[in-house]
Amino acid sequence: MSAIEIRGLRKTFGTLEVLSGIDLDVESGEVVCVIGPSGSGKSTLLRCVNLLEEPSGGTVTVDGVELTDPDVDIDAARRRIGMVFQSFNLFPHLTVLGNVTVAQRKVLKRDKAEAERVARANLERVGLADKVDSYPEKLSGGQQQRVAIARALAMDPRVMLFDEPTSALDPELVGDVLGVMRGLADEGMTMVVVTHEMSFAREVADRVVFMDGGVVVEQGAPDRVIANPEHERTRTFLARVLDPAAARVGEVDG
Amino acid sequence: MLGGEYGIFVAAVVLVVALADWHSLHVNFFNWSVAKGLFPDIITVGLRNTVIYTVTGFALGLVGGLLLALMRLSSVLPYRWFAMAYIEVFRGLPALLIFIFVGTGIPLAFPGTELPGGVYGQAAAALGLVSAAYMAETIRAGLEAVPPGQAEAARSLGMSRFRAMRTIVVPQAFRVVIPPLTNELVLLFKDSSLALFIGVSLTQRELTKFGRDLASQQGNTTPILVAGLCYLLITIPLGYLARRLEARQKRGRR
Repeated sequence: MSAIEIRGLRKTFGTLEVLSGIDLDVESGEVVCVIGPSGSGKSTLLRCVNLLEEPSGGTVTVDGVELTDPDVDIDAARRRIGMVFQSFNLFPHLTVLGNVTVAQRKVLKRDKAEAERVARANLERVGLADKVDSYPEKLSGGQQQRVAIARALAMDPRVMLFDEPTSALDPELVGDVLGVMRGLADEGMTMVVVTHEMSFAREVADRVVFMDGGVVVEQGAPDRVIANPEHERTRTFLARVLDPAAARVGEVDG
Repeated sequence: MLGGEYGIFVAAVVLVVALADWHSLHVNFFNWSVAKGLFPDIITVGLRNTVIYTVTGFALGLVGGLLLALMRLSSVLPYRWFAMAYIEVFRGLPALLIFIFVGTGIPLAFPGTELPGGVYGQAAAALGLVSAAYMAETIRAGLEAVPPGQAEAARSLGMSRFRAMRTIVVPQAFRVVIPPLTNELVLLFKDSSLALFIGVSLTQRELTKFGRDLASQQGNTTPILVAGLCYLLITIPLGYLARRLEARQKRGRR
């Protein structure tokens, strides 16, 4: 059984079809990077996997639970799915420790000591054990994103979703966050990462999925998809991402 | 130019000093023996009841306002309709009419029924009904000021809609609305004077009624002035506090 099974997933906003029938399986322990131009639907795909967006059609099954079943306990299902956002979304009214313990306390009903123990262990994991008492506004973007990762990990998720986790960061802070994600991948976490970081995709991903226009155009081992893409659309996209200055006016499709 | 303005000012002061009947003013408005006779009752009865009416009315208004704000933002259409209708109606009516309605209309319509707490319950209900409508709009603005990513992050950690509201969104919203709610408290403190239209007994008199009764009893205006000073004793510091909180918040947001 795959950790994530997506079948015929469609999503429309009004008359705009953002996802036009996606089929995707993610095996347990696999790291899948989803790449593609903006507007290709990759973030919407990720948000459909934990039902932050309600799919318009198709099914999503995570860890054996079909989330698109109308009778599913969505709150229980989301506990098993960690999500990391582009804009971190830390809770500004809580300290770092509060951010990492609040859902453990209120959702998993762990007692205070247990929740704090788990929080400290996960903050240690992301290299921020010394920041427990700080408020998010006092942290750099990279530190905030690592706290957000610790917050998700503290719920013991079966899969982790990353929605462009480094896109809002200053370039010199990207490395710390990617380092934490690489460590997670090495520990065998099942991960789906929407990203523009091609070097991360090449080195860490087991599989790269290229999306454009709401469909999966091609997928496969990173070396093959990134170094030797089959499709013209993939080639155009990669050429632009890997060497932005090289794009010629004629290639830009707006 | 400036000299001319000062000239007018000095002339006006000289005129007032020369023409005013200082003895009559002193006897009627600042009569020391009448003022002394008001204590301690004006504090232990008048101010005390004003505070009780205000605090209970504010508490009811706060609960009602929060409920209305949540209904106003609900995805359930009838809730939104009810909240919008309530807010429009109660903001469009004079507070005095509500007091007369609660104090006179309801006992006429339902003979024998009595709100819990008697006059105290009636005053709290009337103030609560009015202030809930104003506070609902303030709280709604506060709730909408919390970025949607906050609720998304909370939901992605497995919190229910209600839990996310209560633990993550509402606490952040209240930080935003504390200064305007403090201003609302000042308004309520003054509006509590309308309780005199409910028909209160001697021990239930608040500041305004207390001042009015003693002024007519003694044929002297001093009690009204002292009652006014008692209001200012509370409203000026509260208003100052509200401005301080607002300034601090602006600085905090940068």
